[in-house]
Amino acid sequence: MSVKTLTINGELISARAGDTILQAAKDNGIYIPTLCHLEGLSDIGACRMCMVEVEGINKLLSACVTEVAEGMVVATNTEKLKEYRRMNMELIFAEGNHTCAVCVANSNCELQDTAVAVGMEHTRFSYRFPDRGVDLSHPQFGIDRNRCILCTRCVRVCDEIEGAHVWDIANRGEEAEIVSGLNQPWGEVDACTACGKCVNACPTGAISYKGSSVAVMQRDRGRIPFLAAAREKQQWTR
Amino acid sequence: MSQKILIDPVTRIGGHGKISINLDAAGEVERAQFHVSEYRGFEKFCEGRPMWELAGITARICGICPVSHLLASSKTVEKIMGVQIPSAGKKLRRLINSAQIVQSHALSFFHLSSPDFFLGWDYDPAKRNIFGLMANDPEIARAGIRLRQFGQKIIEFLAGRKIHSAGIVPGGMEFPLTEEARQWILDRLPEEIETTRKTIAIFKKVLDKYPEEANIFGNFPTLYMGLVGEDNVWENYEGKIRVTDSEGNIIADDLNEDNYQDFIGEAVEPGTYLKYPYYKPWGYPKGDYRVGPLARLNICSRMGTIKADRELLEYRDRAGVVATSSFYFHYARLVEILASLERIEQLLDDSEILSTRIRATAGINNLEGVGVSEAPRGILFHHYKVDENGAIAKVNLIIATGQNNLSMNKTVTQVAKHYIRGNDIPEEIINRIEASIRAFDPCLGCTTHATGQMPLHIQLLSSEGEIVNEIWRD
Ligand code: SF4
Ligand code: SF4
Repeated sequence: MSVKTLTINGELISARAGDTILQAAKDNGIYIPTLCHLEGLSDIGACRMCMVEVEGINKLLSACVTEVAEGMVVATNTEKLKEYRRMNMELIFAEGNHTCAVCVANSNCELQDTAVAVGMEHTRFSYRFPDRGVDLSHPQFGIDRNRCILCTRCVRVCDEIEGAHVWDIANRGEEAEIVSGLNQPWGEVDACTACGKCVNACPTGAISYKGSSVAVMQRDRGRIPFLAAAREKQQWTR
Repeated sequence: MSQKILIDPVTRIGGHGKISINLDAAGEVERAQFHVSEYRGFEKFCEGRPMWELAGITARICGICPVSHLLASSKTVEKIMGVQIPSAGKKLRRLINSAQIVQSHALSFFHLSSPDFFLGWDYDPAKRNIFGLMANDPEIARAGIRLRQFGQKIIEFLAGRKIHSAGIVPGGMEFPLTEEARQWILDRLPEEIETTRKTIAIFKKVLDKYPEEANIFGNFPTLYMGLVGEDNVWENYEGKIRVTDSEGNIIADDLNEDNYQDFIGEAVEPGTYLKYPYYKPWGYPKGDYRVGPLARLNICSRMGTIKADRELLEYRDRAGVVATSSFYFHYARLVEILASLERIEQLLDDSEILSTRIRATAGINNLEGVGVSEAPRGILFHHYKVDENGAIAKVNLIIATGQNNLSMNKTVTQVAKHYIRGNDIPEEIINRIEASIRAFDPCLGCTTHATGQMPLHIQLLSSEGEIVNEIWRD
């Protein structure tokens, strides 16, 4: 295993070749906010929360999809990055209907936690109040697209771990939304095994157990990395 | 020239209300109207939501009594699920609703109304609030604040958070009661019972001191509606719905909430979005009924606990077997606090109270349900229709403040007629009008304004709509 040395925020660190900046930072106790990243799933750099600055490169890079390189000089927490992240977060909130006060995930929500972590207090943009659908047709689970941030964690977990590939993204731009099957009600999609992996993967209150009332939704975030590791390393105990 | 006087509270929170007083050509008060807050919006934006979320959404209607909506909503969804909740869950709900009555009534009595009683309506308005009471009688003020905290603490134990709690869920309760919490409550109970008894003793002196107010603050016959338990005992969680009149006759008994539309009509008046609920068989407006503490004490035959029952005897001695004056809402509230404290004590001694079997689960087995519960302010109905997946198709809510609406109007009219002469409304009269509404403890943002004084905007309008006098009070 070859090793790369780089600096993150002025700190000299070493990382395995092929690791992402996010992985290297994490291994060294450096926090970079994320939303679409979930341990055990592939990374796609969709949410733009993990943007970092790399010396010599004139644009911001997503730490989750950028591999470390020898001599790389990375900054994760400059004023510019902080401002961008906050604005990014404000845009995410303004785009959907995130009424935390009446959300099943309230106080158990990665979006909320990350908003706090990046110092978002309010949004400078006007809310769009989209009218997206709620699908309760599945006997055990429900999806409220109003709370979806299009991180595609559900898409990836269902495809990569469960192998059922129930979810996809339909449409483009502001019309983009998560659909099940061939844009059928979730309850009618035969491929779904009702495994609940997407419920555990969703970072917001978008996918939840049916019957959840406000602020009671609990997820087992460790389950997916466990399953991924179990498959890869044949270790089936947690 | 007939004139209209408008008293319009400027509120910081969503709930808004105003008072308009119509004068006749001779300048005498003809009719007064109290416009209660607009809560209908809630019914609209619940549509399409998963039914399990409604408890949390409707709890947002009121920051003072969220528990009431959580209970009514959960009971409604349980009708749709077709489940019976575990008996320990039911006991925890009785516990939390009793705590809710304690904290809400304590807020109404101590924080909002007692400055009027203890300091007087003519007292400097800047100091006629809980802080002024603090300076004047720190002991009673502190005891009142502690009493409210006690109720809130119990809610926090059972629901996680004291204001917008999440522990009451369709099917039962989310969190069991811990032994530490049980012990904490038991340790504090004697102090709170003592506070309540002392306060009742002081309030009796208030009644002796203000016979005029006690007599004209909404004193008229109406019907009374609420839940009664087994053996006609005072009830706050579940029971049969009873309607009585001001002579004490039972007009209807054993009504089932499922048929609430058969016995509650909702009249619409021009010039307001509000609906005026009335007892349907008697028609509108004859079917005016009052709900809440006054009604609950009028319809039951006893409180069912020793100390409260003793107090009920004296209450009836003073108010009559049927209390018709809305001023007695205050006294009724104190009796209910006492009864709730005693009930809490009984529940904590129940062997099942620490059980963890507190929640039932089920799918959607009915497409419609009606739930009922007694909020501190009165009987509360939730009515939902859902699709086969549990998405809300229609919501109708009948809340206590709305049901008391007709009576509040009569009360304001009575007080205004008694006190208002000409276009001038002196401070102490505004205070009495405000206090007469407060007797009902309406659940409006403005009535819970931090210092306990409603910010008011009073407009005197001629029949042509021109302003003849205008008073602002912040
Ligand atoms: S429950 Fe499992 S199979 Fe069904 S959509 Fe979610 S992840 Fe895919
Ligand atoms: S439903 Fe949840 S997991 Fe899926 S894209 Fe939306 S926010 Fe991400």
